Amino acid sequence: MLEAKALSVGHAGRPPLLEGASFSLARGQAMALLGPNGSGKTTLLRCLLGLIDPQAGQVCIDTDDVHCMPPARRARRMAYVPQAVSPAFPFQVFDMVLMGRSAHLRFMADPARADVDAAQQALEHLGIGHLAQRRFDALSGGERQLTLLARALAQDAPFVVLDEPCASLDLGHQVEVLSALRALKREGRAVLMSTHLPEHALALGADALLIQRHGLAGPAPSEQLLQSELLSSLYGTPIEAVALTLGPAAGRQVFVPLQLHEQGTHRHHDAREKT
Amino acid sequence: MPLHPAEPSSVFRVPLSGALRLRTWGGATCFLLALAMGSFLIGPYPVSPPEVARALAFQFGLVEEGGSEMVRRVVLEVRGPRIAAALLVGGALAAAGATYQNLFRNPMVSPGVLGVSAGAGFGAALGLLMNVTGLGVQGLAFVGGLLAVALALALGRAFHQGGSLLTLVVAGLVVSAFFQALVSLSKVVADPLNQLPGITFWLLGGLHRIDSKALFNALVPIAASGLVLWALRWQVHALAAGEDEARTMGIDVSRLRVVLIACATLMTAACVSISGIVGWVGLLIPHIVRMLVGPAFAAVLPLSALLGGGFLLAVDDLARGAGGEIPLGILTALIGAPLFALVLVRARQAWF
Repeated sequence: MLEAKALSVGHAGRPPLLEGASFSLARGQAMALLGPNGSGKTTLLRCLLGLIDPQAGQVCIDTDDVHCMPPARRARRMAYVPQAVSPAFPFQVFDMVLMGRSAHLRFMADPARADVDAAQQALEHLGIGHLAQRRFDALSGGERQLTLLARALAQDAPFVVLDEPCASLDLGHQVEVLSALRALKREGRAVLMSTHLPEHALALGADALLIQRHGLAGPAPSEQLLQSELLSSLYGTPIEAVALTLGPAAGRQVFVPLQLHEQGTHRHHDAREKT
Repeated sequence: MPLHPAEPSSVFRVPLSGALRLRTWGGATCFLLALAMGSFLIGPYPVSPPEVARALAFQFGLVEEGGSEMVRRVVLEVRGPRIAAALLVGGALAAAGATYQNLFRNPMVSPGVLGVSAGAGFGAALGLLMNVTGLGVQGLAFVGGLLAVALALALGRAFHQGGSLLTLVVAGLVVSAFFQALVSLSKVVADPLNQLPGITFWLLGGLHRIDSKALFNALVPIAASGLVLWALRWQVHALAAGEDEARTMGIDVSRLRVVLIACATLMTAACVSISGIVGWVGLLIPHIVRMLVGPAFAAVLPLSALLGGGFLLAVDDLARGAGGEIPLGILTALIGAPLFALVLVRARQAWF
């Protein structure tokens, strides 16, 4: 169980971005963190990961305080998939994934055969075994994301935290990453991700946690929480939650920002009348 | 274990890309030994290979008769320490450079980035101004180097509470500039006939001052730091992935950073204190090594040490062979700069 207890986070010396946040995430569950740019999603994730200290409150993982744990012990329980990554040197994909085994190595030891196998299995598990020898910096965005996910798998931690794992991915790769995350959840791991797409919270069957201007909303099951009114006020633009009724996607919920098209649907009509 | 059918070779793969390849290692070691043996032959007093072999064998107690007294003295007391010093200084500078490049996640930093060279330079200049002995100059240079890095660390902390790497580099820049100004000041106040040439030549670097005592004094901190770096090789390797990522992968980044800075500083200060300021080795060699075996630190560290030693020995041979002593720092820059440009041109095709 990952628990935030009356947590306040923010940058040092500035007022907190988020105050008194309390929520928990159990193994086998998923949570999606939504909020506008600059609302503190990444800061909250970094605090949960123990990368920055909270301004107040506590983060616990199975009753142990995350900020008081030795890094290796923390890493065996919680893995991180960052958003944008640029390693200093041109590492191969396999080397990147093998780094995920760091927390399992004995002091002064190189990775053993078991670690090599774990890294290889993580790659196979995500169906990217063929990338092992490729250079990480030569991969596409989607392949990079899957590589970092494989590294988190190799780390073999029950909690996986992802910062916008689908940002800048095309639709095909979004599907790939999300189905990998669903598989993690099925295997009994806890998945916590930030996202800008409410559909992704639904796709993951996640609880949604919204960072609003005046505090948190949720966590609550996405189907209940993600409604037109709340999302409209969250992003400051009218958003309509629409349930599809026809076709293979019947029953799915989609979220339509009304002002994405100028004056809604009228433009379409005008164009027709002219022709 | 589920395996990708298209890639049966992956099971047998060595864990690190290109690391620990026997051929690379054997090749590098043989080349280094040959170079070291050849280096005994260079210099104004002619010595033949059998004479060198006999003198060395005598020293290690393998033969009863060690050849002429003169040859033994040249081989064991003049050229031997100098060859060992070139290997030691070159290897240590390259190892420190490789470490800093991983720590700062920047392939363009050199061992002097936190001001150790400038500080050591000032320490030596001060010693020469006060006319202390050779050993005193070494000690002052060593202390000056450590002091400069300590100042840079304190300054970096003052700039930024958490101690970010970028502010540390800026602090190093500030401290270097300050100590370089002090060096210039000591040149101005130095006696132009007795002291100025000494200071100038010290700053340009050279191994002609080496004796076995100086060598031993430098060997202790260098070997100790080198062993610590080797023990931490995997953590240094993972650090190249990024600070946050290394932390979440279970590495105590703050502690590691302190240990690495301490080791690299001790090594570099020990080098500079016996050789003067020798640039380019720490920047250039790790690049060449990464081009040869990839970026895995477990391979980069020892191969940088081997290749760095070889490079400096070859350059020092050139300095000795060219007749009059050309300061080592000038030669490493003359050779290192174009070589580095060449490496970058190649690297752009290969990596970036």
